[in-house]
Amino acid sequence: MNVIDALELEQQKETVPALRPGDTVRVHAKVVEGTRERIQVFEGLVIRVTGGGLRRNFTVRRVTHGVGVERTFLIHSPRIDKVDVVRHGEVRQARLYYLRGKVGKEARIRERRAKEAAPAAAPVEEEEQAPAKTARRRGRAKAKAEES
Amino acid sequence: MTKGLIARKLGMTQLFNADGTLSAVTVLEAGPCRVVGLRTVEKHGYTAAQLGFGEPRKKGLSKPEAGVFTKAGVDPARTVLEVRDYDGLEVGQELNADLFAEGELVDVTATSKGKGFQGLVKRHRFSRGPESHGSMNVRRPGSIGATDAARVFRGVRMAGQMGNAKTTVQGLKVLRVDTERNLLLIGGAVPGAKGAVVMVRGSGKAARQAARKKK
Repeated sequence: MNVIDALELEQQKETVPALRPGDTVRVHAKVVEGTRERIQVFEGLVIRVTGGGLRRNFTVRRVTHGVGVERTFLIHSPRIDKVDVVRHGEVRQARLYYLRGKVGKEARIRERRAKEAAPAAAPVEEEEQAPAKTARRRGRAKAKAEES
Repeated sequence: MTKGLIARKLGMTQLFNADGTLSAVTVLEAGPCRVVGLRTVEKHGYTAAQLGFGEPRKKGLSKPEAGVFTKAGVDPARTVLEVRDYDGLEVGQELNADLFAEGELVDVTATSKGKGFQGLVKRHRFSRGPESHGSMNVRRPGSIGATDAARVFRGVRMAGQMGNAKTTVQGLKVLRVDTERNLLLIGGAVPGAKGAVVMVRGSGKAARQAARKKK
């Protein structure tokens, strides 16, 4: 295996939740306050998931006190303790930016009913740590190059 | 004394720091380098260590080239470079990534990626002229001197070959040393393409600063 891919794989967490836009999540992020470290929970809606492998990140949006707050987390960051998926949402877009201008009823998202009819509080589905899509693609390109 | 070794640039990636921030790093395959020869003040007028790195080319070495390695009693290498003012070594000694420690500052020298013949905007970061309202001065050089000089002074920046030149980046930090795989992970970018042979030396600026402090 390519050294750089190996280095990236080593830094990845073994299991990360399979997040999709529209999911409601609780992100347990570590925060340093003065000298001690505590865990802060940020609950909201995933409006975007980008990047592959080590660089995968997701943006969570929540509205507090009438103000929209969006935070982007690197899913493999050591500062993230865990991510709980509270609810799966049914959405048609990959990027839910349209929610930014909407409040209340307009900002609702239908719940996704999985084919196996997984209830909302079902255990978080874990994603196998397969190498990143981009890495696989690169690997294929390399194999092709070696053939020729 | 400066220390140094020859390495191969494998590419770039990122590293999570303890505080959760990310650092862009260049991965270098550091050595193994063999000391092929030593230069001494008595014999050559200067001090340096000649280091060899990499498998030799398939077509082999010429007789004079091979002789250098036989004399030193070292396996032949593809690249031989000198590190100035590197003493305290013996011929045949092997240098690896553990030559450097984490947190140490280094200078990295390599041949930069060739960009070909480039204009002033790219090569010397000139600003361009307006693109509309009849302007024909989009990427032109403008004035290259005064009229009463009646000539163009030396060193006036003009278009020409960019890149493919020996380049040194100073004061880069070693973020991780992987002795198992013989890797150096260096914060920031290093000149050259992937696979390029680079020279990593202890930081000259840091060494001079330490010397000044001692005084």
